[in-house]
Amino acid sequence: MEEETIDILKDVTEGEYKEGFQSDIETEYLPKGLNEDIIRAISQKREEPDWLLRFRLDAYHHWLTLTMPRWAHLNIPDIDFQEIIYYAAPKKKNGPKSLDEVDPELLKTFEKLGIPLEERKILSGVAMDAVMDSVSVKTTFKEELAKKGVIFCSFADAVKEYPELVRQYLGSVVPYTDNFFAALNSAVFGDGSFAYIPKGVRCPMELSSYFRMNALNTGQFERTLIIADDDAYVSYLEGCTAPIRDENQLHAAIVEIIALDRAEVKYSTVQNWYPGDKTGRGGVFNFVTKRGLCKGESSKISWTQVETGSAITWKYPSCVLQGDYSSGEFYSVAITKNAQQADTGTKMIHIGKKTKSRIVSKGISAGVSQNSFRSLVKMTAHAQNSRNHSQCDSLLIGDRCGAHTFPYMDIDNNSAVLEHEATTSKINEDQLFYCNQRGIPTEEAVSLIVNGYAKEVLNKLPMEFAVEATKLLQISLEGSVG
Amino acid sequence: MKYDTDYFESNRDSICQQCSPLLNRPRQEAFEVFRKNGFPAYGSEDYQHTDIENLLKINVGIHQRLTQQQAVRYMLSDRGMHPEPFHQDYLINGYAYKDASSRPLPEGIFSGGLNDFAEKYPDVFSAYYNRQAKQHGGGLSAFNTMFVRDGYVLYVPENKRSDAIIQLTHLVEAEEDAMVISRLLIILEKGAEARIAVYDRCPAEKAKSVTVQVSEIYAGENASLEFYHVEESAARSTLITDNFIRQERYSNVKLNTLSLENGITRNNYRVGLDGEYAEHILKGLVIADKEQHVDNHTVINHNVPHCHSDELFKYLLSEKSMGAFSGKINVAEDAQKTMAYQNHRNLLDGPDCRVFSKPQLEIYADDVKCSHGMTTGQMDETVLLYMRARGISEKEARMMLRVAFAGEIIEGIGDESLRENLRRWVENRLRTQND
Repeated sequence: MEEETIDILKDVTEGEYKEGFQSDIETEYLPKGLNEDIIRAISQKREEPDWLLRFRLDAYHHWLTLTMPRWAHLNIPDIDFQEIIYYAAPKKKNGPKSLDEVDPELLKTFEKLGIPLEERKILSGVAMDAVMDSVSVKTTFKEELAKKGVIFCSFADAVKEYPELVRQYLGSVVPYTDNFFAALNSAVFGDGSFAYIPKGVRCPMELSSYFRMNALNTGQFERTLIIADDDAYVSYLEGCTAPIRDENQLHAAIVEIIALDRAEVKYSTVQNWYPGDKTGRGGVFNFVTKRGLCKGESSKISWTQVETGSAITWKYPSCVLQGDYSSGEFYSVAITKNAQQADTGTKMIHIGKKTKSRIVSKGISAGVSQNSFRSLVKMTAHAQNSRNHSQCDSLLIGDRCGAHTFPYMDIDNNSAVLEHEATTSKINEDQLFYCNQRGIPTEEAVSLIVNGYAKEVLNKLPMEFAVEATKLLQISLEGSVG
Repeated sequence: MKYDTDYFESNRDSICQQCSPLLNRPRQEAFEVFRKNGFPAYGSEDYQHTDIENLLKINVGIHQRLTQQQAVRYMLSDRGMHPEPFHQDYLINGYAYKDASSRPLPEGIFSGGLNDFAEKYPDVFSAYYNRQAKQHGGGLSAFNTMFVRDGYVLYVPENKRSDAIIQLTHLVEAEEDAMVISRLLIILEKGAEARIAVYDRCPAEKAKSVTVQVSEIYAGENASLEFYHVEESAARSTLITDNFIRQERYSNVKLNTLSLENGITRNNYRVGLDGEYAEHILKGLVIADKEQHVDNHTVINHNVPHCHSDELFKYLLSEKSMGAFSGKINVAEDAQKTMAYQNHRNLLDGPDCRVFSKPQLEIYADDVKCSHGMTTGQMDETVLLYMRARGISEKEARMMLRVAFAGEIIEGIGDESLRENLRRWVENRLRTQND
């Protein structure tokens, strides 16, 4: 039994990465390295207005004053920012008018990933913005959404068509001065998605963006901006994959969400960037700044994330609860195996009165991975009668991995009520034994227990995603049962 | 810092003259460490809420030893916890004094001054003094080692035990602004057993005093120690302590720290569970009002398998007080079957009080049971209503809830007379606060 368990656990740590193929697509690059000329070239290529170029340059100059932060519980190799290509785009011929004009190789890539770009094929009715390297390939259901007044397009299109909206909100939640990677992203960001839900509209379908890193030696720096006007509702999904490469690839994105009065935004991520091989070679560095601003009263932002990929994950999707009665939620499952490292969690900044937040985090570490949960709950002096509940559990599979929790609670208000609880343990032997006894092989039992453990978070995912996430969990733990 | 290094260099000879050569031996090395590291930086991860350098920047001399006669005057003014039976020892401004009338301890147990101990047991002294502080302490411990002139030692040799509780009263009697450097060394050899209550008191209202205290505690195999630390000081006093505890196999240490009244307090506790089946229980109570500032920082290192630690800190804050708590549990690789629990509970009872909490787990072994919890809240209004409906005044009802909140820590105190004494103290403290 002991022997068997060890074998099984070994298998767990060797789960294959299924999205690791690379596509042969004609790609256009800018030379590697970062300087003002590159930024000007990026801006020019994207035909951007002057104010955006200035924004990029300001960010770049600020970035130059910063040094790479080292406080996380992560072992990050030195990154040479001059060795990265900051712009790579699949070559297009004057912009495809319809799907027929899109490079078939590109279509094939997304098909292989199970991402349908042909609207007629889509049964579930999810509007999709597919982003490959630095540009958006195709946004589906644009017209249908437009009927309701919902704007959903690539970031580049948004800059051209809705400059006032972009200008008003870009950098309003994550200013370029926020942190090292936010400054870098603000200087060089490529494409991304833009969504605006007008007053009183409940978005008729889920919006989704799919990010694919393909080109070699490139970094991906997308930017997502979601604005939900008064009484609007939207559910947004984000997925991502990358091919298997021996080199590390940098992904430094920014997601900004603004929820106005009584608006609700639900943002779900299934992050499956290439995690590197068993020995920890290659893999994506996922250094992302995600933040939502509950600007209006009674607004709500909910983050749900399933983190299975990336060599290093370093992100804290956060909520700034500015409006009175606003609420923020964070649900996370983070799985690390092999030599993966993760330092993830959230920040809940309570500013408005009677604001509420809830944090549920489930960490699973296997192999020789390190999985850290880090959170900040801040109750400012104005946040009267605010409430927070945090729960972070860690599950350890294997005796060489680490699970860590670093919560911070800063309470500057005597009417605040906070609860925080955390547990760390390994898979309960009694539960395993119980399953075995009823004829469930160990591998299945582990999968069952892990799925049950993560259920509280998986339940929060939209249906299509929940299926994918459950499958992903199973693949990640493949071999652990039986 | 410049002031401190200069002060050390110009006063080194006079400091050394007053002390045993064994005490002087690590000074130079500590000086080098301090010169290199300085005080812990304000705003750094471990010192986010207490600015040590600023607190120690008072540029005053260190207290000189009082004569025995002067000391007796202070001893007589003391009000201790007086559990029954007890043995009394004194530290006044960091210097040890004997109370001749005190009940004697069993043969072989040493309780007294650091210099006396160095002379009487040079080998034991060398084996334990400044070991943990040097290994784990930073600039702060080095600063203490540089300037320390005397301190207190409890040495319980193998298989010895004391029935009487040892009460150590540390009085800081400042007529004018001054700094106190004090040192505790507690050594329990294999199978030894002791209970010690350290009562830190600085009643001076006028002068400003800063105490920097380093404690090193060793619990050998099968040893059992109960350590109670109670602070009751005036608003202008500052207490900074660096406490190191090392435990061997099957040892058991219960540590209670009660900050009942103070000015600014920062306590560091670093526990190393180095032998299998060692058990550590760390409990803290903070009652703070006015502009009091209490910052407790604890690190429990589970270095070997099968150890158990349990940590509970309760903060009762009102008015403009500030409480900070940082607790870290480290479970080393291969420290399987570890059980480590940590809890931090806050009751906020004033419009301007603040609390910062940071309970952390760092775990590198898989077969463990670890948890931490934190709650912050107010008095339960329904309970208050219930009591008021039964004719209890609001003031009294609140009082009862406060006492009950603090009760959980007091209940854990093993010795009955000490428990009752402390319960009375806490209640008294809460009542005066309520008025």
